[in-house]
Amino acid sequence: MVSQLFPVTVKDVEVHRRGARLIGPVDLTLENRGITVVLGPNGAGKTTLLRAMHGIERINGGSVIWAVPPEVARLKQAYVFQTPIMMRRSVADNLAYPLKLRGAPKAEIADQVALWAERIGLADALGRSAPQLSGGEKQKLALARALVASPDVLFLDEPCANLDGRSMREIEALLIGARDAGVGILMTTHDLGQCKRLAEDIVFIIKGRVHETGAAAAFLEGPRTAEAKAFLRGDIIE
Amino acid sequence: MNDIFEGLVAAALLVVTLDADLVDITLRSLQVTMTALVVASAIAIPLGTWLAIRRFRYRRVVIAVMNALMGLPPVVVGLIVYILLSRAGPFGVLGLLFTPTAMIIAQVIIITPLIASITHQAMRDLWAEYHDLLISLNTNRRQRIAALVWDGRRTLLTASLAGFGRAIGEVGAIMIVGGNIENATRVLTTAIALETGKGDFALALGLGFVLIALALVVNLSIHWLSRTEREGRW
Repeated sequence: MVSQLFPVTVKDVEVHRRGARLIGPVDLTLENRGITVVLGPNGAGKTTLLRAMHGIERINGGSVIWAVPPEVARLKQAYVFQTPIMMRRSVADNLAYPLKLRGAPKAEIADQVALWAERIGLADALGRSAPQLSGGEKQKLALARALVASPDVLFLDEPCANLDGRSMREIEALLIGARDAGVGILMTTHDLGQCKRLAEDIVFIIKGRVHETGAAAAFLEGPRTAEAKAFLRGDIIE
Repeated sequence: MNDIFEGLVAAALLVVTLDADLVDITLRSLQVTMTALVVASAIAIPLGTWLAIRRFRYRRVVIAVMNALMGLPPVVVGLIVYILLSRAGPFGVLGLLFTPTAMIIAQVIIITPLIASITHQAMRDLWAEYHDLLISLNTNRRQRIAALVWDGRRTLLTASLAGFGRAIGEVGAIMIVGGNIENATRVLTTAIALETGKGDFALALGLGFVLIALALVVNLSIHWLSRTEREGRW
């Protein structure tokens, strides 16, 4: 599967809240080269950029232009939030929800629910209440719920924040599987190790502005800007 | 103390002997209250949910008015419904005054704001939790309301039970619009008022105990049927 949504162009995008500019102006063009990591210190505007690109954050200026019309682009995207939002339903019903919204036949829903529950190791917990799962299980379920409807683009906001090593490894395996299946992934992290393991491209952002973009290997080995160098050294950046 | 004991005995006798009047009054109480509850819930739950997710200019005013109407004096509601349904009133031609339907109308007016307010409060919290997810999933307004109502069904059940509690114990309004007519509009609360007025405290207490038991049975039945307090299963 090759995503039809790319390239995506972020043109002069600004997001303001209560008079303060959170990000912008941001200019960016991304191709689908697998996993793109939006990297930067806390408060840099990583989450806001992702939310603005996905369309769940109102932008105050500029535009996000996908290769297909906006209404088509929205239907082919999914978003996994930093704190997984669990619907007050069973694991099975959480997995089935995006498919039901799209009017998928019952047999297909049942097959997909069984398949994804197996993939995330929750096949024996289909009847359990989703809000009662552990943090790692919730994040895996949120990721599976995002992928079950076969999106072309997947946004992830710090998908492994506060997770143990095992859960992190499982989540990363799911992400690699999705990437290999052709899903374009845009994710935020401030875990440099995860960035090294997963990123094909990097968008480095500070104070709401993009400082560097490009291939992950080149960025991690030889960042161009002083801020990026300082960030990779582990310095505190304000 | 003696009155309470006699009341308990009277209640036991009424129940054990399946007193015909008691059965008739109890069934009518249930019929009027449950009908009012279904109608009020059908109005209040979508209204409260809609107010939780919709932003419009006078939303806060509407919510404030709705909350204020929770304290609507039943006697005043009864008086207004009486005037509206009386022969000289705009709906007099329907001939509803002193019928169970008039009592249902009064109860719907009394409990709708209560159920809508509790619904709004619960749905507002749930909407804050679900907002980003439902927007991200590209849901339309109908789908959002459906998701909130379904996932908040236990809280909505509590809202409905609060409405049931208020309606089953209501006396002022239904006395005015129903008239407490034997075999027609007499319900448990109006019968208690009547027996108290006649000085038959034992019978009044007996009916009171039956009323309390009825409220408990209905609440417990609904909880049992809806599997509340069993959080591990959904």
